[in-house]
Amino acid sequence: MSKLASGLTLKTHRVDVNGEIVAVAYEHPWVVRICHWLNAISLFVLIGTGLRIFIAFPSFGPKIPQRNFLAVPEAFTIGGWLGGALQWHFTFMWIFVGTGLSYLVYQFLTGNFREVLFMPRDAKGVWPMLRHYFLFDKKPDLTEPYNALQKLAYTAAVLFGVLSTLTGLVLFKPVQFRWLAFVFGGFHFTRIWHFLGMCGFLLFITGHLVMVLLHGWNNFFAMLSGWKKGPEYLIE
Amino acid sequence: MDEHRPEQPPHSANETNVPGDEPSQAQGEGQVCEPQREPEPTEPAAERDAAEETLTQREWRKLNRREILKLTPIVLAGAFVIPGLRTPLLREGVALSDWASGLLFSKARFAPTFAPSAVVPFEKFPYNGYDVLDPNVDLDDWTLTVEGKVRWSGEYTLAQIRDLPKIAQNVRHVCVEGWDAIGSFGGVRISDFLRSVGADPRARFLEVVCADDYYESVDMDTAMHPQSLLCYEMYGKPLDRGHGAPLRLHLPTKLGYKHAKYLTGIHVTDVLKPKRGYWVDQGYSWFAGI
Repeated sequence: MSKLASGLTLKTHRVDVNGEIVAVAYEHPWVVRICHWLNAISLFVLIGTGLRIFIAFPSFGPKIPQRNFLAVPEAFTIGGWLGGALQWHFTFMWIFVGTGLSYLVYQFLTGNFREVLFMPRDAKGVWPMLRHYFLFDKKPDLTEPYNALQKLAYTAAVLFGVLSTLTGLVLFKPVQFRWLAFVFGGFHFTRIWHFLGMCGFLLFITGHLVMVLLHGWNNFFAMLSGWKKGPEYLIE
Repeated sequence: MDEHRPEQPPHSANETNVPGDEPSQAQGEGQVCEPQREPEPTEPAAERDAAEETLTQREWRKLNRREILKLTPIVLAGAFVIPGLRTPLLREGVALSDWASGLLFSKARFAPTFAPSAVVPFEKFPYNGYDVLDPNVDLDDWTLTVEGKVRWSGEYTLAQIRDLPKIAQNVRHVCVEGWDAIGSFGGVRISDFLRSVGADPRARFLEVVCADDYYESVDMDTAMHPQSLLCYEMYGKPLDRGHGAPLRLHLPTKLGYKHAKYLTGIHVTDVLKPKRGYWVDQGYSWFAGI
């Protein structure tokens, strides 16, 4: 066990690697890892089928006259045709929402959300991280598993999930959830919000994958086993 | 770096580990060895539990293996890649969605209605047909065949249907493709018509057949919804041939493909035929409630 300066307690060990003692930390509990990979799968399916559904009417305006907003290549889509895509979408929406709710309940019951929830006090840490990534400044010292920029990204991803779920509910049942449709400006505008939710996810996923590639195997492996070898906040 | 605790000495005995500290020696309180050399003048970010064991590499690998094995439930998602499993799984997914849709549906919840100013002009209300826009219905000889669990089954003329109280409503038409248009619709309540022909109030479904060989079926709760119409008018004028003359379904709580046009017959039943709907049989949701 280690108590981090931020107040977070992590399971930690030392490992004897050929005589060299390396600190290891259990960063991603089992529930979080399961949710992460289920989420990866369901987002892949929901975005791919969502784009196929969008092709059926690739506009946000009226049907007459129809002005297409974006030509999505069929190759980027899943489901084959509108009906097929809807079947996938109506199946994986349950997996996505179930996963999301399990994640949120777990994070708040265990207090693990403190590891990743972006708080106002994290705001001042965002700019130094951006300077590090884009202007190659020195990397700010890390005292906990996630830096401020990561917290911002992961918290935003949760918000994109909430937006996608609520707007999806309206598109699925605009009459039964007419009060919620009203919140988003009616059925017609809710379609735009739902699309923006996907754009948010695409932005997040792009940044996330670039970072995974930049940070290498050790970092990626932690999302499989939960254990991070030699995290910088534990270097003694 | 606001996480420093400068008020505490960096080497306070119970709190920090410093390089050179052997974990096995660090357990006795108050007698932590001073390091041989001065540590870097950085603040430690974490308080380590001094009693923490040091794993061998073999133990470390075993620990990782065990944790990775815990992810095996994810493999179940691979069922969606196998065609023989994918089809039934997706069917269950849609069935689950339809079941939830049925639960959410309430006859007391109305589709929003709009002022005439919000209605799109007639020319901008899309014609949508699966096959032909004019199946050449003989409007003069047209009758509606009523069958199934009804007391007075038989042929009904448009005039007989129009004798029932007329309802006119401006509601949003939502297409499965994603477009929507607010239109103006007039007709008689399906519920009024079913009562007038003595339909069994406990029957579960309404099936319809059409002049263009389209067919559909809806749950009786939706058919009995006060906004569900046998529609013979749009924009105050008799239905034109493109919109389903002389009679179509208008179901403000359902997606557009349930609003069958060119009706020729309705069937009140407890058991759906295997063919439930033209698009439904190809994979669209049957309930299609909105």
